[in-house]
Order: sequence, then structure tokens, then C-alpha cells
Amino acid sequence: MSPDEILTVLIAMLGGAIRVSTPFMFVALGETITEKSGRINLGLEGNLVLGAMLAYAISYHTGQPWLGVLAAGGAGMFLGLLHGLICSLPRVNDIAVGIAMMSFGIGIAFFFGKPYIQPSAPRLEGLPLGTWSDNPALRQALEINPLFFVGIVVAIFLWWGLANTRTGLIVRMTGDSEASARALGVNPIRVRVLATVAGGFLAGVGGAFLSLSYPGSWNEGLSSGQGLMAVALVIFARWNPLRCIAAALLFGAAGAIGPALQSVGISQGYYFFNAAPYILTLFIMIASARSGAASQAAPGELSIVK
Amino acid sequence: MTLAVAKTAARAIGLECRGMTKIFGSLVALDDVSITVKPGAFHALLGENGAGKSTLVKCIMGFYQPTRGQLLVNGAEARIDTPAAARDAGIGMVYQHFTLVPCLTVAENMVISRGDLPAVIDWKAEKAALAAFMERMPFRVPLEAPVANLAAGEKQKLEILKQLYLDQRFLILDEPTSVLTPAEADEILGLVRDMAARGDITVLMITHKFREVTAFADSVSVLRRGLYVGGGAVSDMTTDQMSRLMIGETKVRKSAARLADVVSDTKVELNALYVDDSDGMPAVEALDLKIAGGEIVGIAGVSGNGQSELVEAISGQRPLKDGRIFINGRPFDATRKDYDTFKVFGLPEEPLKNATVRRMSVAENIAFRSFDKPPMAGLGWWLRPSEMRRKATDLIASYRVKTPSPDTPIENLSGGNVQRAVLARELSGDVRVLVVANPCFGLDFASVAEIRAQIIDQRNKGAAVLLVSEDLDEVLELSDRIAVMSGGRITYVVPAAEADRNTIGKHMAGHA
Repeated sequence: MSPDEILTVLIAMLGGAIRVSTPFMFVALGETITEKSGRINLGLEGNLVLGAMLAYAISYHTGQPWLGVLAAGGAGMFLGLLHGLICSLPRVNDIAVGIAMMSFGIGIAFFFGKPYIQPSAPRLEGLPLGTWSDNPALRQALEINPLFFVGIVVAIFLWWGLANTRTGLIVRMTGDSEASARALGVNPIRVRVLATVAGGFLAGVGGAFLSLSYPGSWNEGLSSGQGLMAVALVIFARWNPLRCIAAALLFGAAGAIGPALQSVGISQGYYFFNAAPYILTLFIMIASARSGAASQAAPGELSIVK
Repeated sequence: MTLAVAKTAARAIGLECRGMTKIFGSLVALDDVSITVKPGAFHALLGENGAGKSTLVKCIMGFYQPTRGQLLVNGAEARIDTPAAARDAGIGMVYQHFTLVPCLTVAENMVISRGDLPAVIDWKAEKAALAAFMERMPFRVPLEAPVANLAAGEKQKLEILKQLYLDQRFLILDEPTSVLTPAEADEILGLVRDMAARGDITVLMITHKFREVTAFADSVSVLRRGLYVGGGAVSDMTTDQMSRLMIGETKVRKSAARLADVVSDTKVELNALYVDDSDGMPAVEALDLKIAGGEIVGIAGVSGNGQSELVEAISGQRPLKDGRIFINGRPFDATRKDYDTFKVFGLPEEPLKNATVRRMSVAENIAFRSFDKPPMAGLGWWLRPSEMRRKATDLIASYRVKTPSPDTPIENLSGGNVQRAVLARELSGDVRVLVVANPCFGLDFASVAEIRAQIIDQRNKGAAVLLVSEDLDEVLELSDRIAVMSGGRITYVVPAAEADRNTIGKHMAGHA
């Protein structure tokens, strides 16, 4: 590869990282809220897919993509509420319910989504932040969707809020020691249901990005497991919203390797490079399972920790 | 009433229970108990497990509604229906198990314990207020430290500070020293006593340790089987009197005499053992220890210093990361085969969890060591349940296990009887090596005496005994040699005859 080509690949990876990372970021932040309260919601893949479908459909019918984003969040809240309430029943395992909710969310998205595979809906416009440059590749890479910035703002707000607000402290307390929460008169079930609803909202918004920005259309192979990878990413980020941004960018860059190499004409191992995020997930799971620091940062009430 | 109290300089609260009775179904947990605790008193509530101490305290705290009886706060009748009502009345409790949130810092834990947090917390103002509060206190805890990183003593201090921060003037301490080293316990109780003596607070302490009663309390009440059986000023009572009140007429087995010069050729050697805890962090490091036959080596230490991991590694519940165990010079692996070859037996802590299968019958549990050997099994796999039952029936009788039948699931037995069933299984044969962990935790006096006598018996018969206990008094009573474990290492070894409580305490705290 010539230096020019390497530059092209790096720019493409930068742009790819920013684009691909956004849904990861939203799902991971949502999962962070839920896990901080002491529950795991593995069903966020369902929120992502249902959110993508609904956002596309609403945008198609109303011509308002942002309305689609809100609708996707609403669908996510609905799935989150369902998960939260079912898990509040005695002796119900949150992981099993999560897997069921994932199938449920994907199922209804496919069921209602059939008519929207063909038509084209208005998409979310990116912000052209690269106009100062005359490098077309860089200009393309820096055409960034506002949702990316929304995600960063949400992450910073969460990081601040978990430490500085009453709600934040109560969520962390519930997630770490149910007995203490009860002793202070906090109802852990209520906190966890609300945290799962909030997490579901963010995951739904992440789905809207998939269908309305990048890749930017609705079809059944749209998410391909990103919602599940984002859950792994939360462990990697050690339940810290700011580290979620970094981890999402890393996953995004891994996902962009394949297309970036293709853009300079390297197509050998294309499918292998496309598998990079999945391989990365596998290694991260192994590494974090072995890491003492990760297990110390884990909220004490998580069903996998107890 | 509250106003009148506030005007006087001394702010401690007095409390009186009159005829407190609590009945659960057919069980009378508390029977007409009347206790008076004067403002500024340090009052001890003595009693065995199940004597009704916690029922009484839970009635005071509003967790239970007494079936009959009155509660008077500062002389006026008070209705306390909920823990929140107790808090409003100025009554706070420090629980045996910490109620701190491990991932939060000290400051966060204190602030969150206040019910009235604003939506956004002004940390600058809160921390200034907390620092000013700490200034006024006789003891301090670093505000910025995460609670997970605090030592047990600091956590206990923080629990007390939290109650004072909430302006609770009547403190109930539930077995406050069970997780502390003797030095930490003395320090904290001393500070609390001084505050009570100044009239700042009133203290009601649940305990079963006479030493703490005589050293710190000024008055005492003794409960037995739900009844108030005696009490008064501590200065008027001897330890003997208190103990007789507490135990009643129960016959306690005399401790077996410790024979001198037991001849035994058993030698156990723990050689440079390394064990990790469940999170993969080192729990036991470079542990060397030799135990001879006819000797009890007691390991003292504050819980969480690697003792559980050590016992689990010896009993095959946890892999050894490095090092080796030798018995009579030959390597020992924690396998069933080696247990039989070397005649290694064990009484692990929490026997219901670690030494039995809850839902299997008493007879099956007693047969765990021998079910696959003749006469209980033919050809190595054909089991004979009748034989199993016959053997169990014998052992149940000779070890006085109280069970409806040998076929009862073992989880239906009381703690003392589960421990007796395990004793029957482990000690009825020829024992060469015995590993014992917290054998008497939560048991009544009669069972405790019985179990300790059995351990001494095994020693007298020539077994090498490793005793791990969080109860320093138990270690001092039973051991021939005492080793202190701190931070996963043996930091101090001393023959029991030369042992000194304070030196051991210092080593337990890692300050020597």
C-alpha cells in the first residue's frame, strides 16, 4: 500500500468508526443504566431492530425523520417496560427474559416491517463538518450525524448524573446493594423497572440511527447482532459512560476495517474483516472474564455476579 | 417533649419497654419483657441465639409490631410502626451485617442515608458540611474513599458515624464486634462509651461476649427463651452469674481434658500454598505451616484474610494455584482417594452449605464417606440402602442427632443437629488429619461444648487438627499452637501457653 492509500484507509476507518459507533454507543449507554440498577437486559437487540423499523416507517409516513427517532425511543421504552415488569415477578431470571424479549422485538419488527423494505423514507441529514477540507474522502468522513453528538452529550450527562444527582445515587445503590436500598426505603423493583425503561429508550434511538442514517434503509439483516455486542461492550467499558464512548468507537473502527480496505481496492479477506467486531467481542469477553478489575467494578446485584 | 429535650445540654434519649410480648403463630418469641435504658447509659442485652434479643430490638425499631406491650421514649409513650418512625424518634440501629453500599464513597454513603436529598447534589456544600461534622466526631473515616476499600473496623465506624450524622441519639448496636479485631473492637466500643458517658448518646448493645459487657457496659439485661431472666448494674454482677442466667440449667458437656504427650506419627505440611479468590485475586500467599499429630493448630484472623480460601483449597473446593500439601512426607491432593488413604476429615464452616446436600436424607448425608465401599456397596457400584440406613441409625443415636427419622431431608434439621450429623460422618472412623472451620458459629451453648469436646478428643487420639476460626476465644481455648493469618499470610505463630491476646490482636490487624 502506498502512503496515500494508507491515509485513505485511515480516513475511511475514522469516518466508519464515527458512523458505525453511534448505535453501539446508544445501546451501550442504555445497558449501562439498566445494569447500574442491578439488572441485565440482553433483549436490547430487539429494541434496536424494532426501533429501526418503526423509525423508518414513521419517517416514511410523516416525512419527519426526527419523529421517527422519537417513535423508536417509544418502542424501546415499551420493550424495556415489558422486560422490567416480567423480571420483577418472583424467581424470574433476567437473562432468560432478555433472550425472549430479543426474539419478541425482532419478531414484531419483521412482522410489521415487511411493507417498508422497498419504499424509501426521508433520512436524518448529517452535519457537513468537513467543508474546510478539499479532500473528498475526509469531507465524506466528517459528515457526521447529529445523533452521534447527542450520544456523546447523553454519555457525559450520565457520567455526571450518576455521581451528582439523587437519581444517580439511588440507581447505583440499588445496583450494588439491594439490602441497603431497602433499608433506606427505596423500592428496588421500581428503580430497576424505570432504569430498564430508560435503557430501552436509548437502545430504540440507536435503532433509528441504523435505518435513518447508516446504513440508512430498513431490511431484516440491518442490525446483525450489534445490540448483543453492545452489551459485551458495557463490560469492557466497566459500566462507565465515558468509556462506553471510547469502546463504541473501537467497535466502530473494527466494523469499518472491511469497507475501508475495499475502498482502496483490497477485497481479499473482505468477509474476514467484516467479522472483526465479532472476533473483537469474543476476545473482549474472554479478557474481561479473566480481569479482576472488571469484576470489581461490576454492580454487586447483577445476576451474573452474584 | 422533643423541645424540652433539645433545651437540656445532654441530648441522649431514654427508652423503656413495658411488658413486650411477640407471638409468631405458636411460638412465643418474646414473653412479657420489661427493660429500662436511661439516657446516657451503655446497656448490654445478653442472650444466646434464639433468646429473643433480635425480636426485642426489631419491635423497638418498628420492623415488628409487638403482640402486647408498650414502648416509652423519654418517659412518654411512643408508637413506632415503621423503621422510618424509629428514625424520626431518634432511634438508629447499626446492623451486624453492613448496610453500606460498597461502590459508593464514604461521603456518598452518608449523604444518601439522609432521606431528603435534593435532585442535584451540591457536592461542594455537602462535603464542607460532612468535613465539619467529622471535625466534631471522636473518630473519622476518609470521606473520599470507596467503601469497598475500607477495612472492617472503618466500616463499623462509618456505620456508627452515619447514625450520628442522622442525629440518632439512641444507638442499637447488633453484635458490633463480630467482624473486628480485638483492638478495633476495644477502640470503637471505648469511643462509643465515652460519648454515652458525656450524655450525647444512649447505647443498647446486643452481644454474647461477657468480656465486652464487663469492660464497656454499665447495665445489662439477660434474656433466655424469650424471657427476661435478670440484669442490673454490671458492677453488681460476676461473669459467672451472667453466664448462669444466660444458659440456665442446660447441662453442658465438660471440655475433654487435654492429654499431654500424645504419641502420633502423623505429620502435615502445608508448603508454600498460593490460592486465588473467586475474582482471581490472590487470597492466600506463600503459606507455610506444619501440624503434628496430637496437636491443634488454631488459625486466628479477621474474616476475609484468606482463611476460607485456605480451607476450601485443602478440602478440594478450590484449586491450589501453587504449592503442595504433604502428609507424612507424601504429597496429598484433595481427591476422594487421598482423603481415604491419608484419613483426612473436615468440618467446614456453614455445614449445611459446605458439607451436606440439603435435600438428601440424613442417612444419605451420613453415608457420603462410605456409600461406595463395602458393606454399603457391592462390586463398587451396587448400593445397599438398608445398610446405609442401619449405619445412620446407629450414628444418629450415638451422636444424639435430633431428627424425626434417618429419611428426613437434612435441611429440616436445626443448625446444631446438622453439625452433629456431619460430626457423626467425619469423626466416627479413624481420623488422622482433621480440618475444622468456624465449627461453632451460630450454635447454642450445649452444642458448642459438645463439638469442642469432640475436637479435643480427636487430638487426644493422635489426629493432627487444623482449626480455623474467627472467634479468637475459641482459638485460644482449643489450640496447642496459634497462627495468625493476615492478608493471606501467616504472620505470627506462638505456642498457646505463651499466647497474649493483645499481641495476637495486633498481628490480626496487620500492625505488627
